Amino acid sequence: MSFFEIENLSLSFGGVKAVDDASFAMEKGEVFTIVGPNGAGKSTIFNMISSFYAPSHGTIRFKGADITAARADEIARIGIARTFQNIELFEHSTVLQNLLIGREIHNHVPVLRQLIFDPGMRRAELAHRRKVEDVIDFLELAHYRDERIANLPYGVRKKIELGRALCVEPELLLLDEPASGLNPEETEDMGFWIDDIKNDLGISVLMIEHDMSLVNEVSDRVMALNNGRVIAEGSAQEVQNHPDVVAAYLGGAA
Amino acid sequence: MRVLFKTDYNQDVKFAKHSGYVFWYALLLAAVFLAPVALDTYWINELTRVLIYALAGLGLMVVTGFTGQVSLGHAAFMAIGAYTHAFLLTQGVPFIFSLPIAALTSGIVGLMIAIPASRMTGLYLTIASLAFAIVVEDLVIHWESVTGGNRGMVVDPPALFGYEIFEAWEYYYVVLVLLIISIALVLNILRSPLGRSMLAVRDSEISAQSLGIRVARTKVLAFLLSAMLTGLAGGLFAHFIQFLSPETFGILLSIQLLLMIVVGGLGTVHGAIFGAFLIGLLEALISILKDLLPPAIGTQPGLEPGLFGLILVLFIIFEPEGVYGRWVKFRTFLESFPFYRRNTFKRQRSYLKTERMR
Ligand SMILES: Nc1ncnc2c1ncn2[C@@H]1O[C@H](COP(=O)(O)OP(=O)(O)OP(=O)(O)O)[C@@H](O)[C@H]1O
Ligand SMILES: [Mg+2]
Repeated sequence: MSFFEIENLSLSFGGVKAVDDASFAMEKGEVFTIVGPNGAGKSTIFNMISSFYAPSHGTIRFKGADITAARADEIARIGIARTFQNIELFEHSTVLQNLLIGREIHNHVPVLRQLIFDPGMRRAELAHRRKVEDVIDFLELAHYRDERIANLPYGVRKKIELGRALCVEPELLLLDEPASGLNPEETEDMGFWIDDIKNDLGISVLMIEHDMSLVNEVSDRVMALNNGRVIAEGSAQEVQNHPDVVAAYLGGAA
Repeated sequence: MRVLFKTDYNQDVKFAKHSGYVFWYALLLAAVFLAPVALDTYWINELTRVLIYALAGLGLMVVTGFTGQVSLGHAAFMAIGAYTHAFLLTQGVPFIFSLPIAALTSGIVGLMIAIPASRMTGLYLTIASLAFAIVVEDLVIHWESVTGGNRGMVVDPPALFGYEIFEAWEYYYVVLVLLIISIALVLNILRSPLGRSMLAVRDSEISAQSLGIRVARTKVLAFLLSAMLTGLAGGLFAHFIQFLSPETFGILLSIQLLLMIVVGGLGTVHGAIFGAFLIGLLEALISILKDLLPPAIGTQPGLEPGLFGLILVLFIIFEPEGVYGRWVKFRTFLESFPFYRRNTFKRQRSYLKTERMR
């Protein structure tokens, strides 16, 4: 039994086969990367894991349990958090609020007590706050704590979205193009953080990324996708030199 | 400029962020509590009306400003609160029980509406809320045995523990205390997980879901809370106008409530309160204007809704953060003078959002 696996996953939009019979398995503690040209179906796989789309065929398994039919809001409780390719933050709230929203699944105080805000509620809130502060320290976000997202530059938003997913304290983290839009320096930082997330926080990472320097640096294993199909799997080097992958990136039919 | 040094996480949880807050809000509180001493009956009544609007607006703010579900039917919750309360009073139920029951009834109706409505979004929800308001208005007209139908219904003065409240200033305090309690409850929600879930649902449903927030549940709770507050305002309004008739709670009132929170500043408690004061002022201005204008224009029946609509549109286009947003900018300007940067509140860059969830 693998830590996380998808089996024969398929989904079409209209006539387009976005994902076509894709399978892979990853182990606990791994950084597993999906690469592939634009429109290959990478994000669609993430959206099926998140239960935003229901696959037309196939299964998704996490720690042995079939989670294919789980509701979208159950996925975080199961232990899987994610970021989005196009940054989906809560724009009109502050950084702190965004991170605290990441604590949702760890909140167990009933609504009536939230309304009254009794001392127990306050204690629970301060405990969340302490956790959030750990993440703020980890990602060096202290400077932006009380800023509204709408006022922040792109690179910082990217970090905050990563931080928000970390506040969930997941076992598996899905990162959809963590380095897109970042400058080389920020990309390097992202690489260090992904390493730390794996080694220090013990969180397994499933990542989609185009930036090959980052892929080479952090990935334990890499899989290439083209037209919804898996065309290669192995180490970063093996996948990059695979003839089908080279052909796919040159625009030829794989 | 005030630089806040935070030494304790409690500082972010507390209502008052620093001692300046404590001072100014204490001053404000003293002013509203002492107002009846300085004002005559007419102005006390006007102020009471504004406070009741503020309470109704606070209710609408929960669902529209915090949760992002635009309702054009909130006058219906005021109607439900007002009629339930007035009816219970005629049945001999004492004021202190009748008012909470009225709020709860309104809340339960809100809950029942929200369960199907939580699956709708945007314009569909707004239209559904409008339809709901029309149904409630019809119900009020036709359920004569309870509501008096088109003949209307007289509301007796409230009695607290056998003591009848006749004086304007006495009722002012009843309304004021209930408003302050309601504000405190809403502020508690805002610093709690439920309030944050509301903001999350408003700003991005998919990322709310991916963090484990139950979107439908959040919307339903928002409607429940919202309908209770607006229903409570309805019950208080019943005594204030002393006579209920179906047209009191028409679409105009719904628009007025929406106008209030947009003009005041969407998404903040301040916005609801500011908005109520501005609408109170606007109503007074319109009545003066009506006398000044030539009768052909001044007596046009569409004048008020037309003006309200126009102001609503202008604010949405030119000042989407409302008067409170403008005030925050002004205050920042003063605090940081002469270092204010013109672009402090400009968004750094905007990013195109595509339809697909990439
Ligand atoms: N909601 C949708 N409706 C219709 N078609 C979609 C939808 N989402 C994705 N697709 C299509 O599915 C295919 C795969 O898209 P996907 O977003 O998974 O690509 P990707 O590999 O993430 O590409 P990129 O590197 O550009 O992010 C594309 O052809 C895309 O147009
Ligand atoms: Mg993608």
